[in-house]
Amino acid sequence: MSLEYTSAEMMTVTAARALENGTTCFVGIGLPSEAANLARLTHAPDVVLIYESGTLQTKPDVLPLSIGDGELCETALTTVSVPEMFRYWLQGGKIDVGFLGTAQIDRYCNLNTTLIGDYTAPKVRLPGGGGAPEIATNAGEVFITLKHSRRTFVDGVDFVTTLGFGRDGKGRDGVPNIGKGPTRVITDLCVMKPDPETKELVVVSLHPGVTAEQVQEATGWEIRFAEQLETTAEPSEKELEVLRELKARTERHHSGE
Amino acid sequence: MAEVLSLHDAVARYVDDGATVAMEGFTHLIPFAAGHEIIRQGKRDLTLVRMTPDLIYDQLIGAGCVKKLIFSWGGNPGVGSLHRLRDAVEKGWPHKVEILEHSHAAMACAYEAGAAGLPLAVLRGYIGSDLPKVNDQIKFIECPFTGERLAAVPSIRPDVSVVHAQKADRKGNVLVEGIVGVQKEAVLAARRSIVTVEEIVDDLEATPNACVIPGWAIDAIAVAEKGAYPSYAHGYYPRHNRFYKEWDTIARDRDSFNAWLEENVYNAGGAS
Repeated sequence: MSLEYTSAEMMTVTAARALENGTTCFVGIGLPSEAANLARLTHAPDVVLIYESGTLQTKPDVLPLSIGDGELCETALTTVSVPEMFRYWLQGGKIDVGFLGTAQIDRYCNLNTTLIGDYTAPKVRLPGGGGAPEIATNAGEVFITLKHSRRTFVDGVDFVTTLGFGRDGKGRDGVPNIGKGPTRVITDLCVMKPDPETKELVVVSLHPGVTAEQVQEATGWEIRFAEQLETTAEPSEKELEVLRELKARTERHHSGE
Repeated sequence: MAEVLSLHDAVARYVDDGATVAMEGFTHLIPFAAGHEIIRQGKRDLTLVRMTPDLIYDQLIGAGCVKKLIFSWGGNPGVGSLHRLRDAVEKGWPHKVEILEHSHAAMACAYEAGAAGLPLAVLRGYIGSDLPKVNDQIKFIECPFTGERLAAVPSIRPDVSVVHAQKADRKGNVLVEGIVGVQKEAVLAARRSIVTVEEIVDDLEATPNACVIPGWAIDAIAVAEKGAYPSYAHGYYPRHNRFYKEWDTIARDRDSFNAWLEENVYNAGGAS
């Protein structure tokens, strides 16, 4: 039996499934936060969610609009200062997975959240790095989730805010005390993983009903596909129900005072 | 020793034109009332330091108070852009604002180093990032013990730091609860400090490990009820998330921003 679901729901559910129960995850706001909390409310009740505002092991009932909503603090095991969060917990090596979104990504998973155009005369000024530059290098590994389009998947980011594998794929080679870097990228069309040797992104799984042509069309470079291309498992009824309830609760919460 | 002043007098006395000012509060306890007072008093050429400029610096930038911004994430959290910041950076309105950007980790470490009286902060950061190419305040040093290459940034030592907290007692000791961000570090790193509070109480009722800033480490306390609104004060009022969404429309357009500023800041009087 096939369920009705949107491509955005497919993306969130697939991203959520990437998080294993018991994992310690440093969560970015937006899509990563949605996926991480869906994981916690379904298959991974003991996933430890940590936000850069200092909220450690938090279990929000609604998705936070900001990285420091009161909900995160009220439902956390404890709340530490921001310097402690970045120094002890992240830099200290206590984080298994950093879960990030981005405005632009390239074939070597470098992320740009700084600007479009030239630095001194930007066409579009974006918010900047925030926690991402150090999350990406100090977490054990990194998951990235974002919508797939030619605007986001570009042939060379305008600015490397956050290291994937560098402009040549070798950016982590020989660097001591650095995490594995991005291990999977989840979009509304497919799942990609870096090639173990070259670190170039390879499509490993297409979401149901999505064609390789569609993915190529939405990607700003000639993207590679795995020989054994899989089809991503559809969302379950339970996953969709929990996700929709979470989003409805969140919507009600944020439209109030 | 902290002196209890009106917000007007605290800002008039400690925030000078051209000063380096840090107004902190990580999403929580953002000192909006103090920011509005700075706008009302027409302070100019400020170098503003803040990890997340948020709406408060968007307002100060749009009001023309700012010469330079030092920050690490300049968006409207969960909503999108800070349009006044973008307009200043992209189009120079109301005038060009110089920016110096860091990562959160670096700024948090730099505040901590400032509080610790050190000239620099060292972190395992900025690896492979282009940020050091556009910010000459990011350097790399070699660990004298292991040889590891580490990032170094200058400590943050503001002329004045302004933070908001839940309450102070009558001696000016301050209790900060909830997401404490870099509040304490910002106060201790600064030459002068102003703490606005929701209320002054007889007894802070602080538990032994609570985040308390002693009154003798603060210059001025000013009562500003709902002083963090539209951000929030844990235990007092929630974040007004709807206003954060509405700000996107208000700030997108110069005229609607000016109208908002006129009605809600210039004509809102403030505590005198």
